[in-house]
Amino acid sequence: MSSNKKNDLVNVPHQILEEAQKAGIEAQEEKRAGTFFHVDQTTVHSKVNELFEGKLELMDVKDALQKYSWLKDYMWKLVDKNKDEFTKKVAEDYSGGYFMRILPGAELTFPLQSCLMITQKNLEQRVHNIIIAEEGSKAHIITSCLQHSNVPSAAHLGISEIYVKKGAVLNFTMIHQWSENTLVRPRSAVEIGDGATFVSNYVCMRPVRDVQMYPAAYCRGVNSRVSFNSILYGHKDSQLDIGSKAVLSGKGSKAEMVSRAIAREGSKMIIRGMIEGDSSDCKGHLECRGLLMDDKSFMQSIPELIAKKKGVEITHEAAVGKISEKEITYLMTRKLSRDQAVSLIIRGFMDVGILGLPDALNVEIKSIVDASTQAD
Amino acid sequence: MINMDILEVRDLSVNVEDKLILKNITFSLKEGVSHILFGPNGSGKTTLISTLMGLPGYEVVSGKIFFMGEDITQKGVDERAKLGLVVSFQNPPEITGVRLGDLLKLCLGKASTDEFTEEEQKQIEAFKLTSFLNRETNVGFSGGERKRSEILQLIFLKPKLMLLDEPDSGVDVESLRLIASEIQHYVEATGSSALIITHKGDIMEHVKAGYGCILLQGQFHCFTEPMGIYEDIKKLGYEGCVACRMRTREGWQSEQ
Ligand SMILES: Nc1ncnc2c1ncn2[C@@H]1O[C@H](COP(=O)(O)OP(=O)(O)OP(=O)(O)O)[C@@H](O)[C@H]1O
Ligand SMILES: [Mg+2]
Repeated sequence: MSSNKKNDLVNVPHQILEEAQKAGIEAQEEKRAGTFFHVDQTTVHSKVNELFEGKLELMDVKDALQKYSWLKDYMWKLVDKNKDEFTKKVAEDYSGGYFMRILPGAELTFPLQSCLMITQKNLEQRVHNIIIAEEGSKAHIITSCLQHSNVPSAAHLGISEIYVKKGAVLNFTMIHQWSENTLVRPRSAVEIGDGATFVSNYVCMRPVRDVQMYPAAYCRGVNSRVSFNSILYGHKDSQLDIGSKAVLSGKGSKAEMVSRAIAREGSKMIIRGMIEGDSSDCKGHLECRGLLMDDKSFMQSIPELIAKKKGVEITHEAAVGKISEKEITYLMTRKLSRDQAVSLIIRGFMDVGILGLPDALNVEIKSIVDASTQAD
Repeated sequence: MINMDILEVRDLSVNVEDKLILKNITFSLKEGVSHILFGPNGSGKTTLISTLMGLPGYEVVSGKIFFMGEDITQKGVDERAKLGLVVSFQNPPEITGVRLGDLLKLCLGKASTDEFTEEEQKQIEAFKLTSFLNRETNVGFSGGERKRSEILQLIFLKPKLMLLDEPDSGVDVESLRLIASEIQHYVEATGSSALIITHKGDIMEHVKAGYGCILLQGQFHCFTEPMGIYEDIKKLGYEGCVACRMRTREGWQSEQ
């Protein structure tokens, strides 16, 4: 399919847009550097804000492959085609995905947004995304993945390969709003060059049947940096197996991982984190805090620290447990009911401040987090 | 009788961890009056106000608590708070993730999106807490800072009866003056009552208390002239003070 010339968000059905907005998509395109919509198996919209013309490229990855012969070298370079049944399926056949390229030295003062959405029953959506942050560029990307609320069951298999080149700064925020019947298997990897920084934020607030993901960051550049931050709200029997891996091979490279997780209503959560120090002066820190709300739920934190060179400095802190009764009672002495006290503590715990986003985005993400935690 | 009772406790016995800490205590607190509560360490002062507030872990084995004439013995913490009974903690816990500013708004009955009024901002400033609004409640607060935040929360809750557990301990001279005069101002302006636990007399320089009470060996004794009680305790000790006053019945609360 050819889609890069479909130019208006009016092509996106109203209902879909409305759902997407709840997952962080901004309908007023002038507030975004660019907007990309892939619904089911079609890229229905892909447009660069004219203010940012010449600073970035945004199109369906299939169109991009036609346009640039060099792009095939970026496909399946960081993620192994044969890694598992899901990567194999996407390698066999996929419906597209986004190609985002921030041109050298370009600074995107507005976020770039993408929405991957499922509206068809029993669909297995397969996408392959490529992001290239060229040398010295700076950008925020916000990507929402969601399933339309009237779809009973579906699967999403998504490959993402991200390249952050020398001196570039890329902040990538992914919001998952799946449903109680979605199987989700993202497979992502990032390569980070000299002096480059990649920040990955993952926010999962709605119930989901089963997500398993373990994105990998390869800090190959000198003084390269990576942060993985996640806010995970597991409820209504959700199964989340979420982790991230950082391989620090660049001299002076650094990794930081912070997660906040809540498990309730029979949800099962495994929070993993691995930092591997392959060069002598690299540093890493991993922090995981989890709250278990009831006895039907389960939470496990699995931190892994690997040092292969002398002088590697990697640390971790992990704590999983219940909300302290003392804190609840304290708030109740301030006229809050037990439920209000619990939800206040939960909202405070799901601190979007850990994501390091600019104020405007912070407010947007916070409202998504608050909406979900207030719903129960 | 000029003053009505705001709180009445009858034959109250309280267990903590299966140990009897308070034995059949009976007393009442007057409306529109501040009461100072003295008592040796471990005598059960914190236990008493925790029980009055209904905090978990304090088991009422017998007796009843009436607040403004209503039996609240079985009521939950938040219900009591909504009736106008509030407590400031001797050692308040850290509430990670909950900003003091948001908590103060909740105390005022505001949503977190609401703004403070100019008046409220002034009061926050007077308590030297403006720079704490974005900090997580009590996290990393010094001892004195915690006390200031406790008292301001209480005042914002607009209570009918404040139970204050050592609002003065660990507090510097200036903050003590501030805390004490704010309590006095609130009680005076609203006709509400206070029960203030303390080990020292300084707070009475600014709080005009009507009664001085002593909790001793699980028993509650209440007298007029709290300053005199404090002087007696210094001279005669807690036991000596109670024995002497009981003998002379001087200032003894008439109906007991
Ligand atoms: N959770 C508990 N488990 C066991 N004993 C307790 C517990 N809480 C209180 N106690 C005991 O109850 C008694 C009364 O304690 P409480 O804290 O009420 O004293 P207090 O008068 O407030 O003392 P202080 O002046 O030191 O604050 C003490 O002997 C204390 O050790
Ligand atoms: Mg005490």
